[in-house]
Amino acid sequence: MKLFKKFASFVLASGVFFSSSTFADTVKIAFIEPLSGPYAASGSQGLAQFKFVAEDQINKKGGVLGGKNFEIIGFDNKLSAKEAVIQVEVAIDQGIRFIAQGNSSGIANAITDHVKKHNKRNPDKRVLFINYSAVDPALTNDKCNFWHFRFDANADNKMDAITDVIAGQPDIKKMYLIGQDYSFGKAVAAAAEKYLAEKTSVEIVGNELHPISKVQDFTPYARKIMASGADAVITGNWGADMLNLGKSLTEAGYKGPIYCYYCFGVGITSVFGEKGVGMLKAVGEGFHNPAPSDEFRQFHKRFKAKYPDNDFDQPRVINALSMLALAIDKAGTADDVVAVAKALEGMTFDSKLLNTKVYMRPQDHQAIQNLHIGDHSADVEFDMDNSGYGMKIFKTVEMASMDSPTTCKMKRP
Amino acid sequence: MDLFIINFLDGLIYGLLLFMLSSGLTLIFSMMGVLNLAHSAFFMLGAYFAYQISLYLGFWVGLLVAPPIVTVLGALVERYGLRQVHQYGHVPELIFTFGLYFVIEELVQYIWGKNFVEYRAPESLDFVAFTLAGGSIQAYKVFMLLCSVAIFLGLYYVLARTRVGMIIQASLSYPKTVESLGHNVPLVFMGVFGVGTGLAGIAGVIAGPTLQTYPGMAFALGSIVFVCVVVGGLGSLFGAFVASLIIGWMKTFAAAYNVGAAEILIYFGFEYPDNVYYHPWRDLWTLTLPQIGPLLPYLLLVLILIFRPYGLFGRRDA
Amino acid sequence: MVSYTSRYSNNILKSLLPWIISTLILIILPFIFTGGGSVTIMNQIGITIVMAMSYNMLLGQGGMLSFGHAVYMGLGGFIAVHIMNFVEDGLWLPLPLLPLVGGLVGLGMATIVGSFSTRKAGVVFAMISLGIGELLAASCIVITAFFGGEEGVSGDRTWAPPTFGIEFITQIEVYYLIAFWVLISIFLMYLFTQTPVGKMANAVRDNPERAEFVGYSMRWVRYVSFCGAGFFAGIAGALFAINFEILTEENLSMGMSFNILLATYIGGIGFFIGPVIGAVGFTLLQTVLGLQTDLWALYTGVIFILTVMYAPSGFTGIVTMHYVPWQLGKIHLLFKPYAKILVPALIFVAGLTSLIELTNHVRHHSQETSITLYWITFESNTIIPWIVLLAMTLGGFYVCRVFAKEVVDAWGEANYVEKG
Repeated sequence: MKLFKKFASFVLASGVFFSSSTFADTVKIAFIEPLSGPYAASGSQGLAQFKFVAEDQINKKGGVLGGKNFEIIGFDNKLSAKEAVIQVEVAIDQGIRFIAQGNSSGIANAITDHVKKHNKRNPDKRVLFINYSAVDPALTNDKCNFWHFRFDANADNKMDAITDVIAGQPDIKKMYLIGQDYSFGKAVAAAAEKYLAEKTSVEIVGNELHPISKVQDFTPYARKIMASGADAVITGNWGADMLNLGKSLTEAGYKGPIYCYYCFGVGITSVFGEKGVGMLKAVGEGFHNPAPSDEFRQFHKRFKAKYPDNDFDQPRVINALSMLALAIDKAGTADDVVAVAKALEGMTFDSKLLNTKVYMRPQDHQAIQNLHIGDHSADVEFDMDNSGYGMKIFKTVEMASMDSPTTCKMKRP
Repeated sequence: MDLFIINFLDGLIYGLLLFMLSSGLTLIFSMMGVLNLAHSAFFMLGAYFAYQISLYLGFWVGLLVAPPIVTVLGALVERYGLRQVHQYGHVPELIFTFGLYFVIEELVQYIWGKNFVEYRAPESLDFVAFTLAGGSIQAYKVFMLLCSVAIFLGLYYVLARTRVGMIIQASLSYPKTVESLGHNVPLVFMGVFGVGTGLAGIAGVIAGPTLQTYPGMAFALGSIVFVCVVVGGLGSLFGAFVASLIIGWMKTFAAAYNVGAAEILIYFGFEYPDNVYYHPWRDLWTLTLPQIGPLLPYLLLVLILIFRPYGLFGRRDA
Repeated sequence: MVSYTSRYSNNILKSLLPWIISTLILIILPFIFTGGGSVTIMNQIGITIVMAMSYNMLLGQGGMLSFGHAVYMGLGGFIAVHIMNFVEDGLWLPLPLLPLVGGLVGLGMATIVGSFSTRKAGVVFAMISLGIGELLAASCIVITAFFGGEEGVSGDRTWAPPTFGIEFITQIEVYYLIAFWVLISIFLMYLFTQTPVGKMANAVRDNPERAEFVGYSMRWVRYVSFCGAGFFAGIAGALFAINFEILTEENLSMGMSFNILLATYIGGIGFFIGPVIGAVGFTLLQTVLGLQTDLWALYTGVIFILTVMYAPSGFTGIVTMHYVPWQLGKIHLLFKPYAKILVPALIFVAGLTSLIELTNHVRHHSQETSITLYWITFESNTIIPWIVLLAMTLGGFYVCRVFAKEVVDAWGEANYVEKG
């Protein structure tokens, strides 16, 4: 029986068995992202960055708690809420206390909901959720909880930065808002409406949502945008929807700028190529042209040597892991996540590498940081998709949305 | 009015592209009675092959070489896969093509990765052909249009004027008789399946640069092709042509005009709710035509199948 | 008289035996696989079993190929989550009864859709199911008031009134709830196959014209099977709601329907027990193989294609094929050739998958040279592993080909009925 039991646990969780036997004394972080299927590109890119940052920035500098290393373990959620929940359970089973995820707010929502329930029901096995990329504002507003920390700026913060830039451009008079018909697309549209009305006199000539990943031909949308006489377009589209929208607009003869959230990397930069110059203007914390520091040049070189096909496009990973390491050291434990979370709240992190500051706002667990607006350009030191094109910083908004309101009513244990 | 014309043209181009795909599908169905669920996967293979070739030899060589490769692949699949399954009946054949779709999609990701690939229209066609109502139409789009028309005419000629065409034509109306005349030799099956998938390949080569070449492209276009074929009437080439155009225009015009449900409801005397975002019928009040545009073909599909199961121009039950 | 009763009770015992054994297995399983992750995976397997069995009522027993079966599961699940939220607001409903509600929702939906979709089988049915599936999956995003948009609707099962003191806080409590419903569902579906309609479904699948002549309306038989399938899909949906406490658009999506088709087919349609095997195998492929390799879907697809081509009755079919040799008392003739081919076959599979993984590794992780395959770590930038793996693949394949003849001969021999 005992032998059988051993064999059974071996079969069902061989992954568990091996990873826990090879590395005995590490702080494990479960990286739960799509690692297979059509959306796996961003998942595997993120995993590469997590692994590299953990090794290069944490472990090589002595780890945490006097010598414990960070270990990143990838789990495939197949971009499915159900699979994500299963993988969270499997990760908790392996003794992992930190869950990292970011691609898709829908999945993030499922995870934060599950983590909240799990922590309530299993006080001895609580976990923290490190959200490094999901930007739905609800996660740090109505749906916020003590276990969730967001290291990316949320959709509202980013729109705040975009509209700051637009306010300084008097030749933009008519704006067209177009986005995917789901929570994130709606959040972008709502934020754009609000901030444009507050800060500018720009007229919104179109505000519409299209079905997500279902439109193959964006030409009719491009015609509409042209006919509306818009000077600029704001969109939260990603993936094929972003690429097709942009291409259709250029083909229809559109010459103005497109302010976007996700119009770089995963092949988009290389497919746009020369046509994107002067058109794509992205918001984000992660553009490195000009380079933030000499140290970053070295860091980037090491990253490219290890992952020549990947871009280092999510420097927030550095912030997330570094701040987690500091919090663990401050709390003196990596097992009691309540102590770690309390150490993380209100922390200000000074990154020499990125030459920037990050502040973890305690009232909603939203990281406040510098946001850049970048131009798609060939005049860059660090390109994307190895295409020669990259994002060149055009304007920076310091500590964006530092005192933006939140509806979060944080319940602390 | 100008905007209407330009949308009409866009819809035509898109519809003709759908026709390139659905013509192959309906051809295969008319001969073999198999609805090839992997059809859009062959479309994707066409685009990726052409991309790979265009890296070394340019777009035009890709256009010439990629479709024959897809044709050969299709023929091989028929010879070594479908024929094996044929003995078990029609449902297993359907399931086989479904599995094939799944595997091709995975293989494409395995070989070319998961990112978008940089498959571009040739430089020589990268200019504005003409401008209408402030919107320009690219030369490449005109080229697409011409290609589709050429394929339609070519297919029409083959079907109406050649011996092979006569066999296929006859099989549209009297499949059993054609079979008993001894024409249904395995070679014809292999050929038709090959040519049918080859047509999907051509569509992929041509559409790759405008609809983008990435592993999700088969899924994005997959089921809409079945709609064209089923609505037009399974096995009817002309039906597939008409249905493709209808769906092309349907999707384009639905996306082009922002008709909202609110306007219609107000017209019928309903009152716009004060705080629409908390209203129980909020989704209805905020609904617009572009939001449901991509759904319309499926609605059409279900309605056609309920009321006219043999499609618009089909003579046989599906 | 005495002998009659004892034979009678013997028969009852014989027919009850599989159920008793299954119950015991379900009770014991959590003591073997103890971790929370394992229990969650087992819960997922249980849900997939109900769903695949329900799918088999359509495809295996009724000959209807559906591409939209997830719709009935999803709707049952969404209503179940909404009810969980009503319970939170004071509605009285013990959690174990929730699957019944989900089932009724699935049944209701199937009654409506079935009234027009079951008129024809074959391609028409498949295409209607595809259309309905696409329509509902897409309206999921549009009708946010009910479906909650892409982030879905979540609930909390622990608000329900305690049942016999159980509050369903831990996964293990949920496991037994699911196990209970899995048994009930399988038993009911078994009873369905024993009813005249259930038996006629098979007849309609195999020979519709003849079934019509006997006096059964094909359409009616298909309709009843379809409604039954909808009911059990709804139960599966509610079980999903209880286990995961969240329903999203994915639950109604095409991908979900496709997965059920894969699972059912690999297990073996046309066998009552086939979908159970398929559900267990497929979920393990998805979750456990998924932990090991990014290419799990490729392997699953290849297994599926091979099943369709060479074993159309699925894994269960392969096993049941051995019933005849067993009856003839010749099964022992197969042991030796099987054992002989097993070794080269394993070497071939190991070699081929390692080659695929190695290529994938070199292409996508070019600077990380060390790779672990089948518990052996080696360097991918040296030539030796490539040669070894290639030799394994080709050698294994060649030896398999040689031994295959022996297996075929032995198979013929084992199935040969001697005259007289």
